[in-house]
Amino acid sequence: MEKVLMKGNEIIGEAAIRSGCKLFFGYPITPSTEVVEYLSKHLPPKGGTVLQAEDEIGAINMCYGAACTGSRVLTASSSPGVSLKQEGISYSAAVELPMVIVNVNRCGPGLGGLGPAQSDYFQSVKGGGHGDYRLIVLAPSTAQELYDFTMQGFDLADQYRNPVLILTDGFLGQTMEPVVLKERPEPPKVDRSWVVDGAKGREKRILASYSLTNEIGEDNNLRWEKKYKNIQEKEQQWEEFHTEDAEYLLVSYGTTGRICKSTVLNARKKGIKLGLIRPITLWPYPEKAFIPYKDKVKGIVTVELNTGQMIEDVKLAVECKMPVHLYRRQGGMLPNEHEILDYVEDIFSLTAVEEV
Amino acid sequence: MEKIFARSKGLTDVAFSFCPGCTHGTIMRLIAEVLEELEIIEDTIGISPVGCAGFCQNFFSCDFIGAPHGRAQAVGIGVKRALPDRTVFTYQGDGDIAAIGTQHAIHAAARGEKITSIMVNNAIYGMTGGQMAPTTIEGMKTSTSPYGRDNILDGAPMDFPKVIANLEGAVYVASVSVDSPKNIKKAKEAIKKAFKVQQAGLGFALVSVLSTCPTNWGMTPVDSLNWLRENMMPIYEMGELKVTEEVEAL
Amino acid sequence: MAKVDVISKYCKSCGLCIDICPKKILDTGNETNEKGYFTIICTDQEKCIGCALCATVCPDVAIEVYK
Repeated sequence: MEKVLMKGNEIIGEAAIRSGCKLFFGYPITPSTEVVEYLSKHLPPKGGTVLQAEDEIGAINMCYGAACTGSRVLTASSSPGVSLKQEGISYSAAVELPMVIVNVNRCGPGLGGLGPAQSDYFQSVKGGGHGDYRLIVLAPSTAQELYDFTMQGFDLADQYRNPVLILTDGFLGQTMEPVVLKERPEPPKVDRSWVVDGAKGREKRILASYSLTNEIGEDNNLRWEKKYKNIQEKEQQWEEFHTEDAEYLLVSYGTTGRICKSTVLNARKKGIKLGLIRPITLWPYPEKAFIPYKDKVKGIVTVELNTGQMIEDVKLAVECKMPVHLYRRQGGMLPNEHEILDYVEDIFSLTAVEEV
Repeated sequence: MEKIFARSKGLTDVAFSFCPGCTHGTIMRLIAEVLEELEIIEDTIGISPVGCAGFCQNFFSCDFIGAPHGRAQAVGIGVKRALPDRTVFTYQGDGDIAAIGTQHAIHAAARGEKITSIMVNNAIYGMTGGQMAPTTIEGMKTSTSPYGRDNILDGAPMDFPKVIANLEGAVYVASVSVDSPKNIKKAKEAIKKAFKVQQAGLGFALVSVLSTCPTNWGMTPVDSLNWLRENMMPIYEMGELKVTEEVEAL
Repeated sequence: MAKVDVISKYCKSCGLCIDICPKKILDTGNETNEKGYFTIICTDQEKCIGCALCATVCPDVAIEVYK
């Protein structure tokens, strides 16, 4: 397995190729454009197709059509583009189509800026489009995770017949880091009896989401709900860092989840028992991670690149049993590890204990 | 005696859901017969719109995918790019293709996407109860042009096939009608040619079919055919608007 | 000799076939199908010339023609 130095967005492209993805439909938008650029160069020689659509609405609906045939398909965009895709994503969830969607989050709302942000958290996990649906959302924080989570995304999409969203950000997308280009894991055995590829020697099939009667509508919703509950039960993923004896916890994902590790290490040097829970799946939210700490930890700080979104899910996960505060930067700014620790010490009035 | 006219194998036995006299059904029969005659029912994937015609996914015997309103072209392209050797056709109303779906249809044509597109022009939004469409005729009363379409305020009706015909990738564009047996026969020929264009992989093919909407036009089925002849045919250029040499040679 | 057969389950009594029939042998019947339409009947099968214009214009593919 080679280890190479690659830019974040390009790593997503390479991982998709090695996952057997043959189709990419997209539209340029900073800071995600390298995905379509990389694939435009490297997918066709592998017999794949890259189509730059007329806009993101066209792109997501092309993904919808391709996914109906059971083909692995990818699209990538950034915040405003992902907003345009919401209707298509809702339809894809309703028809239960496997596909991988990448959002390289940039700051918003509106045109916003090109800097990194986590301002699309709600859009990603609470359903940005219409109707009762959920996307499996993975939040990478390193180059290697960009690679691994893209591959994992395709398998989860097939396994649960559901769109998967890779929520990354402008910082990760533009940063070059070494990455190990692992071989593709054995794809899950999945039922293919639903694909639409021409009714040759079989009954005709229809893939659509119109429910003629309310009874059918209710049945559909109950069926989706059962699937989502199953995913919530089995697919919660997170990383813990110095949590065994933690008195205070940081909760943070993606780029900030990585910065928080330095904060934890600095805190430990000062004798402050700080730990980190880093959610990896943002949906299903890793509530299980908080169970051991609900009655042990004195306080939590969530560190986000928005004005407070994931904090709501943390409060729910700990049932508001202890104070949960927010440290955040937004508009494209990134916090450094020191200002986070200063905030933790201040908010929980931890006078500096002697240097350990 | 021999049965000389029967329901095509391209149709299921599900009764059409359209209003009495609505010629959506006629157009679907023609497409079904073409699929049967070209022996491509099993290789064809149809893309249904949102609107009255949305139910066509139950009437054809080939595989079908329901597209969001306006997005049938993009969905069809996704299927065709995934399965280039299958036949893909889109079926859309005038609002679906020439209002909300405009950009997808124009770029499908510009790229010469190898799919067959059927546009049904009845100058109104049917399913939602008779609103003004881009194709609504001047002076025509609809629920959103209650005083009649005013070309100054609402713009003149759009001849969408003409727009598409200007694009390089559109190799066959025809505007036909199903208002009479003679025109129904011509419509079928155009539809068949549009599918043959796809089979030969020559580029984008569009057939626009003038159709009636007795319920929302507020007329009997027979009167609506006459109204179509007197009011729509003069506005929309009929016939084959574009036929490249390769298509001619088919 | 020719014959038309109106499949009542499909007929919506829209009248297009009545209007087009050159022999004027199609008319609205007095029995309704399960949807409540008074389905079309052929009033004089002998006069039918099997031209199939009725079937051609029928938007519901409700007419079969024999010849």
